[in-house]
Amino acid sequence: MVTISDYGKYDTTWCPGCGNFSILEAMKQALVARGLEPHQVLFISGIGQAAKAPHYLNANVFNGLHGRSLPVATGAKLANPELTVIVESGDGCSYGEGGNHFLAAIRRNIDVTLLAHNNQVYGLTKGQASPTSDEGFITKVQPGGVASAAFNPAVVAVAMHAGFVARAFARLTDNLSDIIQQAIAYRGFSLIDVLQPCVSFNKVNTFAWYKSRCYPLPKDYDPTDWYAAVKTADQWGDRIPVGVIYRNERPPFEEHFPVLSQGPLVGRDVDRMMLKKIMEGYA
Amino acid sequence: MTRNTINVLIGGEAGQGLVTIGEILTKSVARSGYSVVVTQSYQSRIRGGHNSFAIRMGADEVIAPQEAVDILVPLDKDTVRIHREELSPWGLIIMDEALDIADDQGIKVPFKQWAPDKFLNIAALGVVSYLIGLDEELVSQTMNKFFDKMDQETVKENRLVLEKAFRWTADQPLSFQKLPRVSHASDRLVMNGNEAIALGALSAGLKFYSFYPMTPATSIAVNLAGKSEKMGIIVEQAEDEIAAINMAIGASFTGAPSMVGTSGGGFALMTEGVSLAAMTETPIVIVVSQRPAPATGLPTRTEQSDMELVLHSGHGEFPRAIFAPGTVEECFYLTRKAFELAERYQGPIFILTDQFFADSYRAIDPFDIEDMSPVNPSYALTSSSSPYRRYAFTDSGISQRMLPGISKHLVVADSDEHSEDGHITEDLTVRQRMVEKRLKKGEGIKAEVLPPQLQGDEKPDMVLVSWGSSKGAVLEAASQMRSNGKRIATLHFTQVWPLVSEQFSEHLQKTRELVCIEGNATGQLARLIRRETGVLIAKQVLRYDGLPITPEYILRKLCSN
Repeated sequence: MVTISDYGKYDTTWCPGCGNFSILEAMKQALVARGLEPHQVLFISGIGQAAKAPHYLNANVFNGLHGRSLPVATGAKLANPELTVIVESGDGCSYGEGGNHFLAAIRRNIDVTLLAHNNQVYGLTKGQASPTSDEGFITKVQPGGVASAAFNPAVVAVAMHAGFVARAFARLTDNLSDIIQQAIAYRGFSLIDVLQPCVSFNKVNTFAWYKSRCYPLPKDYDPTDWYAAVKTADQWGDRIPVGVIYRNERPPFEEHFPVLSQGPLVGRDVDRMMLKKIMEGYA
Repeated sequence: MTRNTINVLIGGEAGQGLVTIGEILTKSVARSGYSVVVTQSYQSRIRGGHNSFAIRMGADEVIAPQEAVDILVPLDKDTVRIHREELSPWGLIIMDEALDIADDQGIKVPFKQWAPDKFLNIAALGVVSYLIGLDEELVSQTMNKFFDKMDQETVKENRLVLEKAFRWTADQPLSFQKLPRVSHASDRLVMNGNEAIALGALSAGLKFYSFYPMTPATSIAVNLAGKSEKMGIIVEQAEDEIAAINMAIGASFTGAPSMVGTSGGGFALMTEGVSLAAMTETPIVIVVSQRPAPATGLPTRTEQSDMELVLHSGHGEFPRAIFAPGTVEECFYLTRKAFELAERYQGPIFILTDQFFADSYRAIDPFDIEDMSPVNPSYALTSSSSPYRRYAFTDSGISQRMLPGISKHLVVADSDEHSEDGHITEDLTVRQRMVEKRLKKGEGIKAEVLPPQLQGDEKPDMVLVSWGSSKGAVLEAASQMRSNGKRIATLHFTQVWPLVSEQFSEHLQKTRELVCIEGNATGQLARLIRRETGVLIAKQVLRYDGLPITPEYILRKLCSN
């Protein structure tokens, strides 16, 4: 049986007090709870402090380019649908550089979990605004405050009828772990937007700021009610609901490929007789 | 201009069915045992404008397009205006009598008496087929096969129009020199460059193709998508070219031999992914089908101006190979070769082609496809060391490749500099060794380089140097110059990177005159040869007006120099 220790313990390059630590713990808990062994899991990440997370546990890892994790994950999942594919990256990677891929992944409903570490600021490059920074957020390169409206990933995902949309708070570790488990179990694209403090560069959206606002969705909340989900996802400010906001039963993208009914593409031979017939079609 | 071949040019507006009769005629000619080279020229629009479909055919091997037209088939008036000057002295214009053009080489055909307007193209097909000496039954069968999904009524009507056209033409007092009789009907295939690339990839074991539509590469995707279920592959239209290459890298990482295809602009977007494939040591084949640039350029025309882009694409230093096929057969075999190298050296391998070649149909002998095994995948099922290290240092620079999920071994790949186990590192000693390890693979690639093809006189006064799709035009130009008593050799590159000086620099030094022939404005191959060998090729024949290099173009330029 798989245990937490199978996922290992590593030194990190994160700042003490970073929200990433609790996300990492919640992830390990969720993988163990799902009974997944390290070799069954493939993490894909981009670039940023959050994107380093897969280096700090035992699993298969593809740490690619900034913003491009979702396409890599899509290709990886299509070639081997038996893998549990999880994308972990920050708000800049997932919603800024990779914005088009975010929309396309939702449309495809590829069976991949996107766990976006959302601290509303760029950490690795030392404190510039991110797509999710609130309007007016002051940084060294936005001295007059951020002029663009904040991107709300949950609202966009719900509006697009994404398969599974959740928001979580990093320090509500058990709640987060439970959401991750549900997201992994979900067959289709699942988004978990995880709010987390950046202790070094975000002095506004601090641990205390999130803690006083984030509240778990009530037990009787119905995540299949799309209209209610839009309103819930849009809630921001004094009260921020966390939990599974929306889910539906769209078939996952992989089901549209008959070739995948026989499992992974790896190691399959070439049907040379068929190819010969195809060639003869050019006569 | 030669009388050994016949060059038929069909011209008209987009949407008039000229490609349809062009393809039927090409197939009929090939099935009758002749050789063909097709040149398609079209505008970036779906209806209207001026498009042309030229088929050069002959009993002997035809290897290049020709500018002079022997039979002009104008489906509209503009075609006559645009192509009249290209008509050879013995040439004919086959035109609707309603076109109202006086021309002493014009043959006015009463098309409208035979059938309604929509059969005009089939009527023209009949007249041309008779003139060049094709068998009516064979043309009819080819047509039926082409229209196999059409209703019986239309098929019958087509047949009737064809028959009328053959009968009418037979009654005309025309003395057009037909194609010489060849003894056998042939089982030759009619295939263009992109189709051969698609077929070669399938035969090599391609399992994943991702793309974003872009002329002139799109037809590779169209060809593969139509066969995806039968061949058990996935073809996915990505949201952009960046996604396309990253998807292919992801699929390759988990075990599917992968390829992407695009043109210059789309490839520019892919270049960060090229670097990613190199750093993560993930096999990928990349087809760049060139068209005139900068920026959007001339989307539907041809050029050879992206060699330097491909050669230098991707930030940082890493090995690569670039193939530039010169025949449809080479498209097939070099695509297979590209997959071999991608697997063996675990990185990006390129195929450079262009619009002319992508759309140029040729008659080719079938490949021995049953006897060709797929390319050996480079992954191992068990690790030679424990724990497994994806980037273990080796003498060749090639590390054992494992796939995630097919064993208990964990596979870690990183775009950051990494240690042998694949994890991010800032150990600068490891950094230096990793750079050397990656570059070491370049030595293996170099040892497998295809030498350029040298043909012609042993002691030439002039050597024509060329690469890629211009191969046939250069060979034919050289052969014509030889028949005028000149001593000419050709040196043609089907692999433009790496260049191995020892393979060819001697040929460049044993001649009085060197000429580089390229479809670009600055002489990119000449510059590369200069850089790699020190040999200066001062004289260049360059073409950058969007049209393919022809034997006539080369001869004109060489005479005027």
